[in-house]
Amino acid sequence: MKNQKNRKSVRKAGLLSIIPGLGQIYNGQMIKGILFLLVTVAFVAEFVTIGLPAFLGFVTLGTVPIRDHSLFLMVQGTLQIIITFIFLVILLFSVSDARRVAGLWNTGKSVNLSPVSMLRNAWEKGFPYLLTIPAYTFMIFVIVFPVLVTLFMAFTNYDFYHIPPVKLIDWVGFQNFFNMIFLSSYRATFFSVLGWTIIWTILATTCQIALGIITAVVANQKFIVGRRIFRTIFLLPWAVPAFVTIMSFSNIFNDSIGAINQQVLGLINYIPYLHFQGIPWKTDPFWTKTALIMIQTWLGFPYIFVMVTGVLQSIPDDLYEAAEIDGANFIQKFNQITLPMIMFATAPVFITQYTFNFNNFSIIYLFNSGGPGDIGGGAGSTDILISWIYKLTTGTSPQYALASAVTMVISIIVIGASLIAFKKTHSFSNEEMM
Amino acid sequence: MKRRYRSRRSGKFFSRFFTYLFLIILSILIIYPLLITAESAFNASSLAAFTLDPQIQWTLDNFKQLFSETLYLTWFKNTMTIAVWTMIIQVVIVTLAGYTYSRYRFRGRKYGLVFFLIIQMVPTMAALIAFFVLGLLINGLDQYWYLVMVYVGGGIPMNTWLMKGYFDTIPRDLDESARIDGAGHLRILCQINLPLAMPMIAVQALWAFMGPFGDFLMAAFLMRTPEHLTVAVGLQQFISNPTSQNVSLFAAGSFLVSVPIVILFFFLQRFFQSGLTAGGTKG
Repeated sequence: MKNQKNRKSVRKAGLLSIIPGLGQIYNGQMIKGILFLLVTVAFVAEFVTIGLPAFLGFVTLGTVPIRDHSLFLMVQGTLQIIITFIFLVILLFSVSDARRVAGLWNTGKSVNLSPVSMLRNAWEKGFPYLLTIPAYTFMIFVIVFPVLVTLFMAFTNYDFYHIPPVKLIDWVGFQNFFNMIFLSSYRATFFSVLGWTIIWTILATTCQIALGIITAVVANQKFIVGRRIFRTIFLLPWAVPAFVTIMSFSNIFNDSIGAINQQVLGLINYIPYLHFQGIPWKTDPFWTKTALIMIQTWLGFPYIFVMVTGVLQSIPDDLYEAAEIDGANFIQKFNQITLPMIMFATAPVFITQYTFNFNNFSIIYLFNSGGPGDIGGGAGSTDILISWIYKLTTGTSPQYALASAVTMVISIIVIGASLIAFKKTHSFSNEEMM
Repeated sequence: MKRRYRSRRSGKFFSRFFTYLFLIILSILIIYPLLITAESAFNASSLAAFTLDPQIQWTLDNFKQLFSETLYLTWFKNTMTIAVWTMIIQVVIVTLAGYTYSRYRFRGRKYGLVFFLIIQMVPTMAALIAFFVLGLLINGLDQYWYLVMVYVGGGIPMNTWLMKGYFDTIPRDLDESARIDGAGHLRILCQINLPLAMPMIAVQALWAFMGPFGDFLMAAFLMRTPEHLTVAVGLQQFISNPTSQNVSLFAAGSFLVSVPIVILFFFLQRFFQSGLTAGGTKG
């Protein structure tokens, strides 16, 4: 009889919860219901007073210059989108919660009605949510929110002609992307910069990974005297802050008085049949690019070296002994045992190295400011996409909208590449997701 | 038989010879450029920052000048402030989030993990322009707290994954038995798991602390007035302007900032590697 009396309709509870709180009250959970209702009322009040105008402003981006600040309107609109989204998540949660509790009633399980038991339940069940709230708050406001603003900005005409509040910003659709790909002046720059970015990423990263693996394999041989000393030296490029070494290299590669041209080339010229005149490291694009790749190899290999050394030390010796008994030589052992083991364990790290170099601003900017020369559109001949964006944004005639469009292209490339690579390497297949 | 033995011996000799040759050449390639900068910090000749000067005129004038005539100390203090705050905030947040995703099974966990994974792939650069514009709007440009927020936000997703990976390696039996003994969430976290995760927390703290010392892009982008710069951006000004270039000051400043970082690095390197392999290889 008792069961019958307390029967609740799951459907009704769920439907009522479209206004969060009503479903909970229907279930007899007064306090929970009132809390949900308060959130709902707060949201509705916010939406009517601030939200609607914010959305309107977001659509028009202002109508009267000076009075309407287009940027403010865009940022407020973006914020409102996030707030609305968060409320929708709460709404979904409320519906599923009401349905679950109604189900509890029906199966005759105990439902927390008193405030004390509810509080205890909230602490027990809500603890994981509580611990992750700070992380989510930061990610939403420091990553999601700015990324959204950048995304929206890519569809406007925000540049040095349109600086609010004196001028209004307008939505221009795909104009920026169109200009980037079809407008002759930007197209040349975009594809030239993109081309070098890809070459740079592949060459620099592959070189540093190759040198890291070779060094780890060579330096891990047991007979070496002073292994620790060598290891310490090899870690130095990682330990010293990169900006220090890059700027030092910028001096060392100086065309006229740098150490490479003055001292190193002089030494190399002692080798028969080799003769170098001073190499134009800073003034010839080809040589600047060569120098950049060499420096990045120098900077990046220790990280790989450490990772791979860790893997090598975890490979059991009997694997190699068995291979030796079967008559395998050094190269066979490397190809059949060492390399697969390294790849299996560190492939995800390698991928992050590629994406890191794709956006490696410091080295490009600090070594030669993206120079030498100018290839139009505000980019130098060794600028990669990220340093081009920097110049577009901080230059004397900033092109915020175009820079945002380029940023979006970069992000899509990076995310796409990492998704494919992570999927291919099954990096997360052993990750317990559920 | 005898011939074969001999060829194997000479093969061994050659492989050892080339091993040492490789190691020594690589060591020279690493030390040489570092030595140039280190040496010119103590050298009176201003040309020394470009080449390895065989005749050093030892002096400490560069350092004196650095402290008395430049803003170096201010920059160092700024960077310290930013680094310490970044470290504290980031480590707390990342530890809590990593622990949660490793230990608890709750509704929305899967979506949360996917969210972290995707956010982690978005380069912080994607928000660069927005950081600038938002900074303009909320007066965040040239402010330490703004830079700290940006560093922390950028560091959370990746490091949460690493932290979660590390917690995954800590056996759960201890949690279970403590729970049976009546320990609550907080006790299990503070008295059992946090002490066990200390190596990784130390690594995380070091990374978060060193981040602001190594970063150039964000600081250059968001900080404006000379008094508010970080060491990286400040030092760059010594060599970026061709007319007022002062490579000796640059070398002295670089030396001073690098030495503590290098010492810290080697001191904590053992933790470093264990943290990397535990978190890194498991994803």
